[in-house]
This record gives sequence, structure tokens and C-alpha cells, in this order.
Amino acid sequence: MDKIPILRMGAFLLVTIQVDLYDRLALNLEADLVQMVNKTSAKGVLIDISAVSIVDSFMGRIIGNIASMSKILDAETVVVGMQPAVAITLIELGLPLKGVHTALDMEKGMNLLKSMIDDTEGEDELDQQDNDPITE
Amino acid sequence: MGLVNQTRLLTAASELVRNMMRYGGGGSCMIEIVSSGRNNGVRLTFSDNGPGISDIEAAMRDGFSTGRSLGLGLPGTKRLVNEFDIKSKVGEGTVVTIIKWANG
Repeated sequence: MDKIPILRMGAFLLVTIQVDLYDRLALNLEADLVQMVNKTSAKGVLIDISAVSIVDSFMGRIIGNIASMSKILDAETVVVGMQPAVAITLIELGLPLKGVHTALDMEKGMNLLKSMIDDTEGEDELDQQDNDPITE
Repeated sequence: MGLVNQTRLLTAASELVRNMMRYGGGGSCMIEIVSSGRNNGVRLTFSDNGPGISDIEAAMRDGFSTGRSLGLGLPGTKRLVNEFDIKSKVGEGTVVTIIKWANG
């Protein structure tokens, strides 16, 4: 059974799609990624689609699902390296891609994830201060 | 045909093939090179002998799906190509024809 490798880098999971993503493979990736987010308590998922030249509505739905499911497990999803022709086609198709962040490349994608995670951790710290009787 | 138009054509084809496999019970695709005046293009005709579409108008609306999909395949495809035609008869099958011009 073919599997897309999922790499772990600290609190992030990295996926690079370099083969033709047929349906079964895409569905396995969706399931595997969400399982791994859960297992590793990952805070971010980076999907590199720089080698992908066709994204149709099925693929778009997979990406959207990965983002929604990861969000439920407290992880953000960033898609990086989208080819311009793909971006144009996605808009014309009308794919919503809600909750899917994008960045030009891996590095920018990771910086984006880090800034998003820092923001939420800052909020958590503020919440804790409010609940801490000593600071009052 | 430039890269963007190629991508549009291939994405449209992907949507229509998917429909054919999922709803039409499989089918066939005819690929033709066509020309109109000085413009050249590709015409794809997807035919199946599946159950057919009872409400074509609904099927052409964004978000409408009889499966559990996004419902973007048909209206989305129409936006990607230059010419789009769909004929369907319940119980007999469906034929979708699209044309993408090289310059258009």
C-alpha cells in the first residue's frame, strides 16, 4: 500500500506531495495526518504542493478536511508552494478552502505557523494570570 | 496552449471524469482538436450510460450535490472552460462536452 511520508519537525508535521495523488492515496493521507496530529500533539501541519500541477475539487476538499480536522485537534494547517496556475484554477472552481492558510514556501510557512502558535500561547498565558490568585 | 489554460482544461477533465466514475458508472471520453477561425482548441466529450441527471439546473448550481461532495464539479468546470454543454436523460445517461481554446 502506497503511503505519503509524513515528517515530524518539533511541533510541526511536514508533508510533501510529489506523486500523482490518486483518490485512495489522498484519503489515506487525510486519515494518517489527523492520526499523527493527535498522536504527536502537533501544533501545525505543512503541506507542500509545489510539485502538484492539478488540484481539483476532490483534492481541494481533502485539503479543507485536513485543515478542519487538524483545527479540532488544535493544529493549524498551512499549504505552501501553490503553483500560480493552480491558484487561478482553484479560485475559478470556487473552492472555499476555509481555515487553510497559505505561504509561498516552507520557510515562510513555518514562520507563519510559529507566529500563529505564539499568538495562541500568549492568550493562554493571559488566561492563566487571570485565574492565578497570587497576581491579584 | 499556455500553462494556465492547460491547467484549466486538465482540472475540468478531472472533475468530469470523477463525475462519470462516481455517478455515471464509468463511461468514455473523446478528445478532439478543433478550430474556429484562427483559434485552435481541444474539445472533450464525456459520455456515460448511467442513471442520468434529473434536475440539470440544480446540478449546475454551486454547492448542490447528490453525493457528499462540494457540488462544485459541474458549475466549476463551466467556469474553467470556454464552451460547456450538458445533455442528460434519466435512465439513459449523460453527455458533457467542453471546449478550451488555446487563446481564450
